[in-house]
Amino acid sequence: MHRKLLCAVAIAMAADAALAQESELEQLKRRVEELEKRAPAPAPARGAGTNAFNPDISVILQGTAARLSQDPSDYQITGFAPTGSEGAPPRRGFSLGESELVITSNIDPYFRGQLVAALTPDNALEVEEAFFQTLALGKGLTLKGGRFLSSIGYQNPIHQHAWDFQDAPLPYKAFLGGRLNDDGVQLKWIAPADLFVELGAEAGRGRTFPGSDPNRNGAGLWTLFGHVGGDIGDSTAWRAGVSYLRASPTDRAFDDFDAAGNPVTQGFSGRSSMWIADFIAKWAPNGNASVTNLKLQGEYFRRTEDGTLSYNGAPGDYSSRQSGWYAQTVYQFMPRWRAGYRYDRLSHGSVSSGVGLTAAESPLLFTDYNPSRNTLMVDWSLSEFSRFRLQLAADKSRAGVTDNQVLLQYILSLGAHGAHTF
Amino acid sequence: MRLLLALVLAVAALQSQAALNILACEPEWGALAKELGGDKANVYVATTALQDPHRVEARPSLIARARNADLMVCTGAQLEIGWAPLLQTQSGNAKIQVGQPGYFEASSAVSLIEKPGTVDRSLGDVHPQGNPHMHLDPRNIATVAGALAERMASLDASQAAYYRGRAQEFLARWKEAAARWEKQAAPLKGMPVVVYHKDLSYLLNWLGMREAGALEPKPGIPPSTAHLTELVETLKRSPPKAVIRSAYNDPRPAEWLAERAKVPVVLVPYTVGGTDRAKDLFGLYEDTISRLLAVAS
Repeated sequence: MHRKLLCAVAIAMAADAALAQESELEQLKRRVEELEKRAPAPAPARGAGTNAFNPDISVILQGTAARLSQDPSDYQITGFAPTGSEGAPPRRGFSLGESELVITSNIDPYFRGQLVAALTPDNALEVEEAFFQTLALGKGLTLKGGRFLSSIGYQNPIHQHAWDFQDAPLPYKAFLGGRLNDDGVQLKWIAPADLFVELGAEAGRGRTFPGSDPNRNGAGLWTLFGHVGGDIGDSTAWRAGVSYLRASPTDRAFDDFDAAGNPVTQGFSGRSSMWIADFIAKWAPNGNASVTNLKLQGEYFRRTEDGTLSYNGAPGDYSSRQSGWYAQTVYQFMPRWRAGYRYDRLSHGSVSSGVGLTAAESPLLFTDYNPSRNTLMVDWSLSEFSRFRLQLAADKSRAGVTDNQVLLQYILSLGAHGAHTF
Repeated sequence: MRLLLALVLAVAALQSQAALNILACEPEWGALAKELGGDKANVYVATTALQDPHRVEARPSLIARARNADLMVCTGAQLEIGWAPLLQTQSGNAKIQVGQPGYFEASSAVSLIEKPGTVDRSLGDVHPQGNPHMHLDPRNIATVAGALAERMASLDASQAAYYRGRAQEFLARWKEAAARWEKQAAPLKGMPVVVYHKDLSYLLNWLGMREAGALEPKPGIPPSTAHLTELVETLKRSPPKAVIRSAYNDPRPAEWLAERAKVPVVLVPYTVGGTDRAKDLFGLYEDTISRLLAVAS
C-alpha cells in the first residue's frame, strides 16, 4: 500500500518535474525568441576605436544659376559706402556658392567648440566661425570667444545656407556687409523666467564693416542685445528684440568715381552707432510644421555716423543718419513646398559734409535716392537635407536702374544633422 | 523679531518645498515624470502629441524652460537631434548638459530595435542607435520608469523615498495593466497594417502585428504620389486590415491610400494627449488598443 502510494507520488513528482522542465524550457524558448526580436545589446553609439571622439562634421554644398539684367561686378547700393565684403549678386550663369564645412563637438565638460570654414568659389578658404562656448557656467550665463556670428538682430546669427532667400536683406548688406562676424567675446544671460529673456554683450576688434580693422589695443566694436520671446498657444511662437552696435572705424576707405568719372578715394573715421529692432513669429497648426507653416520676419536698422570724411586725402567733417528695413514672409503651403516674399528698403536719410561735398564729387554718398527691392521665392525640399530654390527679384539698389534677377539655387547638407534654430 | 523669525521660517519652508523642475522633451516622458514625481515635481512638456518630435525647433519658450530645469528627460537616440542640443547650449544651464545627471535619455535604459546595418542618408533620416520611438512597448515604459525614478531620487535626495515609493506603486499598476492589455489585444496578433512612419514599430512588435508597408518611402521623407501608387499595387497582393496613422501625421496620404486599398484608417494617439482618452500613459495604451481592436474583426 505504502509502496504503491510512494510509487504514485514519485511518478507524479517526476511528471511534475518534467512538466515544470517543459514549461521552463518553453519560457526560455520564448525569452530567446523575444530577445532575438529585439536588437542586439545596445552597442556604443559610435565605433569604439580612437575615432569614436571625432566631432560632428557636416558639409553644405551650394550653387546658383543666375540671369541678371545688370552686371553684378559694378554692384553698389546708392547712398551707402561699400562694405568691402560680399554683397553683390552671384555671377551671371552657373556659379558655385560657398561650400561650408562645419565641425562641432564638446571639448570637455566645460567647453564646446565649432569651426565653420567656407570654401569660396574663387578657391579661397575663409574662416566664418571658429569659437569656443562655455557649457558649465550655469546661472543662465554663456561665454563665447573667437570668431562667431554676432547675436545682434534676428538674421545675423543664422548661417547663409539656412536663410529663406539666396541673399541678405538690403539693410544687412548696407550696414553690416551681409553679416557681422567679428573676432571677440560674447557674454549672454538667460533670465530665470518662463518668458524667454536674453541679454548679451559682445566686444570685438572691429575686423569688418562697420569697423575698419584698426591696429590698436582694446575693442574696436561692441554690441548690446536683448531679446524676449514666447509662445501664443500651441500654434505660434515669437521673438522680438533690440540691439545696439558701436564701432570706431579709422580711415574706413573705399575707391569710387566722381560724377565726371575721375577716380576718388574716400575714408571715414569716427563713431558709427546703430540700433536694430527685430521681430520674428512662426505659426503652424498646433505647432506641427510638417504640412503647413508660416513665418513672418522683419528688422529695422538706424545708423548714425559722426566723424571726418577724407576726400582724396583732404579731411572734412561728416555726419549721417540713415535707416533701412525689410519684412519677409515664407509660407509652406504643402509638404516640401514653400513660397516667400520679401520687401526691403533703405533710406539715404540725412548726410552732411563740413567741407560741402556734393553729388558731383561723391555721387555714391550724396544722393536723394532710396534703394529698394522686391523678391519672390519658391523652394522645394525633397528631404530635410536638400533644397532647391527659384528666386525672382527686382533690385533697385543702384540709382536709376532695376536689376531683374532670376536665380536658381541648390543647398545640400551632408553629414551630421543640422540644428533647428528658431 | 517674531515677525522676522516667522518670515525666515516661511522662506525656509518655501525653499524646502521647492520641487524638482523637469523639462520633458515628449509627452510620454512628461506623463511618466508626473506619475513618479507627484506633487514634488514641476513638469513642463516641450512638445505635444500633435507635433512631430523630429521636426521641433528650439523655440524661445523652450530655451527659457531649459534654463530653469533641474532635469531634462528626452528619448535620445537622435530623436531630438535638431533641437535638444540647442536647448542645452543656449540655456546656460550646466545641470542639463550631456553627461550630467540632469540629462536623462530614456533610450539609454532599453535596447532599441531596427538598428540599421548601414547608416547612410540615402536610407532616409535613419537613427544609427536604432528606432527611437520605443515608448509604445509597455516593457520599455517599465524599464524607463525604474531608471527615471532612480535619477530623480539621486537629484533630489531628500525626496528619494517618495520617488521610489511612487515608482513601485506605478510599476505594480502598470504590470497589471500590461498583462490585461496583452490579453485584450490577442486578436491583433498577426494583423497586417500599413503605418505612416516607423513610429509604431514597438507597438506592432509587442502585439505581434505585421507591418505591410509604410506611407513614407524612407523614414523622414514625406509620402510621394509615386510611392503611394506603388504601395497600392503591393497591397493588392496582400491586403492589410487598416492604415494606421499617428495623431501628428498628415491625414491626407493615409486617407488617399485607405480609399484605394479599401481599408479603414485608424488614428492612434501615438503619445499622451493624441486623443481625448489618452490623458495619461494608461489611457494612451487603452485607447490605442481599443481603436485597433475596432478594425481587427
